Amino acid sequence: MNFDYFFQLFLGGLTRGSIYALIALGYTMVYGIIELINFAHGEIYMIGAFTALIVIGVLTFAGWNGTAVLVIAAIVAMLYAAAYGWTMEKIAYKPLRKAPRLSALLSAIGMSLFLQNYVRLAQTANFLPFPNLIPDFAFLKPAARFIRPSEIVIYATTAIVMAGLTLLIKFTRMGKAMRATAQDREMAQLLGVDVDRVISTTFVLGSATAALGGVLIASHVGQINFYIGFLAGIKAFVAAVLGGIGSLPGAVLGSLVLGWTESFFTGYVSSDYEDAFAFLFLVLILIFRPSGILGRKAMEKV
Amino acid sequence: MLELVNIHTYYGNIQALKGVCLEVNEGEIVTLIGANGAGKSTTLMSICGIVPPRSGEIRFQGRPIHHLSANRIVAQGICQVPEGRRIFPHLSVLENLDMGAFLRADAHGIKADLEYVFELFPILAQRRHQPGGTLSGGEQQMLAVSRALMARPRLLLLDEPSLGLAPLVVKQIFEILRVINQKNGTTLFLVEQNANLALKIAHRGYVLENGRITLSDSADHLMVNEAVRKAYLGL
Repeated sequence: MNFDYFFQLFLGGLTRGSIYALIALGYTMVYGIIELINFAHGEIYMIGAFTALIVIGVLTFAGWNGTAVLVIAAIVAMLYAAAYGWTMEKIAYKPLRKAPRLSALLSAIGMSLFLQNYVRLAQTANFLPFPNLIPDFAFLKPAARFIRPSEIVIYATTAIVMAGLTLLIKFTRMGKAMRATAQDREMAQLLGVDVDRVISTTFVLGSATAALGGVLIASHVGQINFYIGFLAGIKAFVAAVLGGIGSLPGAVLGSLVLGWTESFFTGYVSSDYEDAFAFLFLVLILIFRPSGILGRKAMEKV
Repeated sequence: MLELVNIHTYYGNIQALKGVCLEVNEGEIVTLIGANGAGKSTTLMSICGIVPPRSGEIRFQGRPIHHLSANRIVAQGICQVPEGRRIFPHLSVLENLDMGAFLRADAHGIKADLEYVFELFPILAQRRHQPGGTLSGGEQQMLAVSRALMARPRLLLLDEPSLGLAPLVVKQIFEILRVINQKNGTTLFLVEQNANLALKIAHRGYVLENGRITLSDSADHLMVNEAVRKAYLGL
């Protein structure tokens, strides 16, 4: 067995997994709180990438260059995407909060199609090149054949975001309100929690995280189009379900497992069926472990 | 302190409250008794803004509150211990209590109140790091009452606190309700199916039937009222 090859596939899987994780976190947080699969979440990721590309274009035109441009672009993209997430919830989901769940799900799919086609019309249907502004870290030179600078940035960012969200949810007042709302929304209200604000915050956090993922993967891959959110979104959804939807560590674990599985499968078996394999995986989870790796059983005692 | 004037509340097209009028004065323990489905819980949920009334007026300390959102109503000083306790199962006992103090910012006062509820229910102190869902029914009810006390409410609403609990636990909890009322001056509005128990602790009582108040009197009088004895006391 060729160890170098194995190691490359391992790191490739880690990269995919980290990106899935950044998207899956938003899926799982929103699901945890309002039990909605926000199918438009992948579109937020795509919008993040587009926003960053526009900001980079403007800043480059203004004579800026280097990593600072990427950092500014990423921050703007996160803010912009957060505004999208906030608005989307108010328009497409809040009015349906008391409606049957299927209505909200259809609304989510409609939102997803709307955002895709809106970007296609407002921007372009073609692939656009995305500049790589991540510096060549000197310390990576010896490992250059395994790992690219963009990959290191992706790992580090995912780890920091994950740790940050975990701390936020565990220790802050808003985090406690989020957990309480997820477990019993009405009771949280009876204790004075402004549930609308909690839900908005969840969308804002999830959207900003997804946008960050969009910027990073665009830098890594080097091109974007209006359709990238769809597949990434669905894959992240698979990852969230695999890990146990509603659970933050589950989303990360599920993402890594999916990333590695895809990477090794394409590396050792066939790259033609990569996506089919991800969905086969979803079907198998749904059959054998519907609550996911770290998911909770339907409900404990009341 | 609390006034309900001609409250009509609906669930969709089904009318649950048909013109409820009642009043709770500062420092009182008032009970609302009635059969299953009479609208007792709906009355509490209407007061708290979870199921806002379609018409009528709810005033708290002279000010109308029926169009405020649930969280604003809590901020006025009304807290509810709902039916079935509704403990957050995956939050620890301590976190559940923290949630009770969600709207408060006085760290010192919160700490003092935490010590106070641990004094009232020492078992909660022992279990403070355990998830709420792993507590027994009685412990959960103690936690539910304590969580509401952490909000330091002026008016505490209780929905069937005796439901499904062992008699000894019920006795303990009602003893503490009396203490809360007498020592802290917290006003209590108590919904109960166990009329006997409720009338023993309350000053006044209302009888709710099919969404309407049919009787209102002092607890002592209700205790000996023929109709009440037959319908609710099983005598």
